[in-house]
Amino acid sequence: MTVTTVPDPTAPSSTDLGVRTIQRSRRFRNGLATVLICTTVVITVVPLLLIFGYVLKRGLEVISLDFFTKPVPIVSRLPGPGMGPAVVGTILITGAAALMAIPLGVMAAIYLSEYGRGRPLTAVLRFLSDVMSGVPSIVMGLFIYTVWVLTFGQSGFAGALALAALMLPIVIRSSESMLRLVPQDLREAAYALGTRRSRTILTVVLPAALPGVVSGCLLAVARAAGETAPLLFCVGAAREFNTDLLHGANTALSVQIFRNAQLPFVGPQQRAWGAALTLIVLVLVLTILARWVSSRFAVR
Amino acid sequence: MTSQESEPRLDGGLARRPEVIAARAAEEDGAGTTEAVFRIEALTLRYGPFVAIRDVTIDVFKHQITAVIGPSGCGKSTFIRCLNRMNDLIPGTSVEGSVRYHGQDLYAPDVDPIEVRRRIGMVFQKPNPFPKSIYDNVAFGPRVNGMKGGMDERVEDSLRKAALWDEVKDKLRKSAFSLSGGQQQRLCIARCIAVRPDVILMDEPCSALDPLATNRIEELMVELKRDYTIVIVTHNMQQAARVSDRTAFFTAEVGNDGRERTGVLVEFDRTEKIFTAPADRRTEDYITGRFG
Repeated sequence: MTVTTVPDPTAPSSTDLGVRTIQRSRRFRNGLATVLICTTVVITVVPLLLIFGYVLKRGLEVISLDFFTKPVPIVSRLPGPGMGPAVVGTILITGAAALMAIPLGVMAAIYLSEYGRGRPLTAVLRFLSDVMSGVPSIVMGLFIYTVWVLTFGQSGFAGALALAALMLPIVIRSSESMLRLVPQDLREAAYALGTRRSRTILTVVLPAALPGVVSGCLLAVARAAGETAPLLFCVGAAREFNTDLLHGANTALSVQIFRNAQLPFVGPQQRAWGAALTLIVLVLVLTILARWVSSRFAVR
Repeated sequence: MTSQESEPRLDGGLARRPEVIAARAAEEDGAGTTEAVFRIEALTLRYGPFVAIRDVTIDVFKHQITAVIGPSGCGKSTFIRCLNRMNDLIPGTSVEGSVRYHGQDLYAPDVDPIEVRRRIGMVFQKPNPFPKSIYDNVAFGPRVNGMKGGMDERVEDSLRKAALWDEVKDKLRKSAFSLSGGQQQRLCIARCIAVRPDVILMDEPCSALDPLATNRIEELMVELKRDYTIVIVTHNMQQAARVSDRTAFFTAEVGNDGRERTGVLVEFDRTEKIFTAPADRRTEDYITGRFG
């Protein structure tokens, strides 16, 4: 019996390792995929850079030391600096919101991922937190307005409450998924040494999940810092510095951007650009700081 | 759970079990020390309705290495995890029969599983160091258990006993993840030794390691035998033959529906006996490679 070898044009010959040995259609598909992926990257990044670049350009026109230290001008159509109260307000209100939402949210996430596995309450809580994350921010603002502001009046704290309510579901969801990523092996290793559950969570699970938890919390803080709608009627738009969170109207960068950008004058519009740049830089600095801190704790 | 009163009756019944007779006879052959650390009697473990292991009776003797061998899915790991109550962590498990540790029922209602695990340490299949420094890994257990003072000495001593000191003494502050797989596993052994346990349970400690690292760990086990009692699960028969004093052979019984697999103890005896003159046909088939 003779074996006839029919030359197969697609089969690579054993010695030829050149590009030509790969089928034309495969090379084409590979090229197409590469082009598509690169295009999407460009489409995503270019608008971001444009926005940042434009805010930078317009914002720098107005930013000076006075911009951060002077109050907002009483006659709002006048040009000139003054966003100090908004910077202070944003830091205080967002900070207070973070202080309320992050511990609460992380603890809720610990319950969901460590204690409540397989319990009906867990499913209910997770569902509620998902629903909460879908609530529009203005609705959350109205809620706080009804239950707090109508009784106690506008204050930075009222705004912080609204922001905390918005941050909570983000913190819970992201922290829970990070805690779930911690391998079961690590928990078992700790238990096998005679460690109690609370100690295991504090000394093993939480540190292992820390970088992810920090990222999630930052996302929540960044979102809260830019939130405008709930602050509009919970906080007000004070022109003077107000470092007392609990009493009197306050202000925030986002609210000032909204107010000033609406006015048909060059002065306030410039201030709005300045405030926008300040807000972006503030969030950026916070992100870098938090990442640095969490990387100090993380062991690779 | 067996109470103190019912003990004589249970023991009287068990003395007639072939495995128990074999084990106790082996003892009289002079296979070494005689004090039993564990007396496991008629142990059955369920995950919900599913019976994972049934009716296991084994004695584990002090300063010996007891190996548990058998094919995959025969409940070896489940069994060993009963000895330090690690199975408690899986919801829906229930245990019948008794596990007596120095005469005390491990599953008695007043027993604290945390205390059990402190005395009965465990090394896992995959090296699982904490994402901390080498030093902090070893010091973790003592710290958690409130042991204060002399931590440096304790860490050094544990690392020496785990035959890792010379390799890591200059980089104790480095991450445990910078070590190789075999070193990580020895670190896990050091971490386990650091709380000064009485027993070390090892659940396939070499299955993720290369032959050289495996050899190191096996040598280490023989060393550790002087101070500790060791129970090792392995699916490597040669390993059991090389290091252990006694061997328990488990197999899986497939249920009527063909899906449920229940682990049962086939034979428990001195290791030489198991590997040279097994009493049960199934053991012989397994060790000669006819199945499994």
